[in-house]
This record gives sequence, C-alpha cells and structure tokens, in this order.
Amino acid sequence: MTPELKARLEQETRSHKIVLFMKGNALFPQCGFSARALQLLQPLGQVHTVDVLADPEIRQGIKDFTNWPTIPQIFINGQFVGGSDILMELAERGELADLVAGKSPA
Amino acid sequence: MLDAEFIRARILEALPGSEVEVRDYTGTGDHYEARVVSPDFTGKAMVQQHQLVYAPLQQWLKSGELHALALKTYSPEQWKKLGTR
Repeated sequence: MTPELKARLEQETRSHKIVLFMKGNALFPQCGFSARALQLLQPLGQVHTVDVLADPEIRQGIKDFTNWPTIPQIFINGQFVGGSDILMELAERGELADLVAGKSPA
Repeated sequence: MLDAEFIRARILEALPGSEVEVRDYTGTGDHYEARVVSPDFTGKAMVQQHQLVYAPLQQWLKSGELHALALKTYSPEQWKKLGTR
C-alpha cells in the first residue's frame, strides 16, 4: 500500500465517531450485509459512510489496512470493530452502545 | 473435505486450553459455525478474538475449502456472564 493511501485511510477512519465502509451508500446500499450494518449503526448516531464500489483503490486498500477480507467494515472512535457478524453479535450482547460511548475496551 | 473435528483440532492447537465446539450448519462440509471460549481472549476486542481463531485456518479459508466459519467467541469471564444473565 502506498503511504498516500494509508494516510488517506487513517484520516477517513478517524474522521467521524462512526465510520462504515460499505457497498453503496446510505440511501442505496448495494449489499445485504452493508444494509444490515447500517441499520444497526444508525440508531447510535450519525454514520459516515464510504462507498467502496466508487473507488477500487479504497475497496482493496481497506482490506489490506485492517487485514480483514470482507466488506462492510466498521470503525468506532477510530478503532476497527469488525464486519457485520461482529456488529450483530455486539448489538445482541448489548455492547455496541457502550463502544460508541467509549465505555468498553475497544 | 474438511470435517468439524479437523477444524476443532486446528483451533485447539492455536488456542490451547480453550473450549471449542464446531458444527457443520449446512451439511455440505464447507460452512461451519464455531463457539470458542478461550483465556487468550480476555481483554481483547471481538475482532481480535476472531482473528486468533481464523489464523490457524487461513490456508483453508484462502483455498475456499472452508467457505464460511461463523464465530461466537468469549473470554471465560464473558462466557460466565452470559450464563448468569
């Protein structure tokens, strides 16, 4: 990965409290897993979405950045949280809101 | 084809002292789910816990022999808390 791309991803992941790298955008999610992630995050606050389909460099770059093979990818308070399965599980365990509030160890 | 016992053994090798349960949820030998309770998970974020389980299975995930492994991971403390809730 180029230093420029890495810097761009670092900047993007820290730009908002909740950042979602997804396929499509908030109005038109292009994948069920991305849509589900969005649904879980929206009640917790403003979700900043990044459409990976709009930028092939970001699409591959974010996977290399986190060493995580799939989209969507969720960042909360600048920390990589995981994909849609982890997000669902955290929501089920009631830990998601705490994470956004910065209460849990990330 | 991988079987549940093979996957369980790889996870146990990587995370000794853990409690591992693996189930083939489609019956086709390539979609599995696993529950892992490990002392190595204590204090780690869920994404790190999952990466510890995926690590010893990387080559089969990459080759596609193991198409999906859905995970539920818990530290012993998290597992205990779940049981009493």
